[in-house]
Amino acid sequence: MALLEARQLYAAYGHTRVLHGVDFAIDKGSITALLGANGAGKTTTLRALCAMVKTQGEVRFEGARIDGRSTEDIARLGVAHVPDGRGTFLHLSTEENLRLGAYTRRDRARVETDLERVYGYFPRLKERRRQQAGTLSGGEQQMLAVSRALMLAPKLMLLDEPSFGLAPLLVRELFGILQAINQREQVSLLLVEQNAAMALDLADHAYLIETGRVVLSGTAEALKRDDSVRKSYLGY
Amino acid sequence: MEGFLHQVLAGLATGGIYASLALALVMIYQATHLVNFAQGEMAMFATYIAWSLVNAGMPYWIAFGLTVGISFFIGILIERVVIRPVENAPVLAVVVVFIALLVILNSVTGWIYTYTIKSFPSPFPQEMALGRYMSPHEVGAIGVTLVVLLLLFAFFRFTPLGLALRAAAQNPVSARLVGIRVGWMLALGWGLAAAIGAVAGMMVAPIVYLDPNMMGGILLYAFAAALVGGIDSPMGAVIGGFLVGVLENVLGAFVIGNELKLSVALVLIIGVLLVKPSGLFGRVHVTRV
Repeated sequence: MALLEARQLYAAYGHTRVLHGVDFAIDKGSITALLGANGAGKTTTLRALCAMVKTQGEVRFEGARIDGRSTEDIARLGVAHVPDGRGTFLHLSTEENLRLGAYTRRDRARVETDLERVYGYFPRLKERRRQQAGTLSGGEQQMLAVSRALMLAPKLMLLDEPSFGLAPLLVRELFGILQAINQREQVSLLLVEQNAAMALDLADHAYLIETGRVVLSGTAEALKRDDSVRKSYLGY
Repeated sequence: MEGFLHQVLAGLATGGIYASLALALVMIYQATHLVNFAQGEMAMFATYIAWSLVNAGMPYWIAFGLTVGISFFIGILIERVVIRPVENAPVLAVVVVFIALLVILNSVTGWIYTYTIKSFPSPFPQEMALGRYMSPHEVGAIGVTLVVLLLLFAFFRFTPLGLALRAAAQNPVSARLVGIRVGWMLALGWGLAAAIGAVAGMMVAPIVYLDPNMMGGILLYAFAAALVGGIDSPMGAVIGGFLVGVLENVLGAFVIGNELKLSVALVLIIGVLLVKPSGLFGRVHVTRV
């Protein structure tokens, strides 16, 4: 059974419809990539899953319908969203940001060990734990966003362009950590990326979105070999 | 000199009350970016509840605690029933709701308790060592204010719920994404603001006496205090409160006379808005366009 499944998902901002019936599924334990050009509806798809925009259609998480539930409730089910723009609590400290990630958890002792584990992945954040998060660099805030999501102890992480604004070296490091998170922590990932080459290297499965519809799907390997994907998104 | 010192100390006592009410205003402002014009009337209504309880024979401090608790729930109720439906309405609509709340609370209180001025008891003894400069009630009021401020500070700084409240006020979208029920945090903020206001009302009532219009002037001073400190800074609200209290007393006694005291608040409000809109401790908002 798929961990998350979207059927005929529509979404709109006011009267402007952005998604026109998107279908996709995420297997448990997998890394799934959503590819597409600017404005194709990738970010909106992630927002639709978390009830951050008005939607129609069906979304199932672990078999149960979650469309129509509130953003808070969906987070509490174990869906962590690393949003577009990083969503940092700018005036709080780095560590307060991380503790907020674990806000809904009651297993206090495990939260402490998770905090240390997150600092293990991103030692830079530990150095800056008392610093106001708004003063962190863009890359550090991106790490903070991923870490905050991880503190939720999620089953599924939605990542909206985690490579955005990062130096190439940092992107490589971040993707390495995402892979480790997926393998070690059994967290499934849904990755939205413009950097199609890196996303396809990381992912098991991928969907290509154009103007609010899925136009192509398959294993990452298959998409890499697809001519149109190669020309339009991989650039060779 | 002695007269001056007396005025400063008395100013600190009323300043503490302005500080509490200013803090209540700032709390709601931080969460909603709106100034709750009904904050004073909510405090006044709470003070009448305390008066009823004391008059029914309840010991003062039990009535005090009960009033704070009842006010907390009234605050939550007001947010849920009155404010929630206009959550996404234009600013002016919400302001009208605040003013309606002010008028309704004022009239309902007058209707229940009449507009006759009542005396309100002070819980503090009549004689005290510091009596030469400050009345026991003034000393007590400062003490109560400081305790309230300390408790609030500890709550926001050291408890997970306090952290969640700050997070919800700062970035509601991200707060939802980590599972914080932002709607309830807003209601909780209203509850806390109402509870703080209740304390301010009970502390000021022995000085100004109890009547449905008692908070009108005090709310103005609290506005001035919040603005002087910076409308989005809790710390600023507290310092602004004490500052305004002292300024009002000293100017009233030596410069402009008691009759014109209230204009100090108005001049301060206009002055701050003209010269330094972000106040002493507020954040200056810069937007890239």
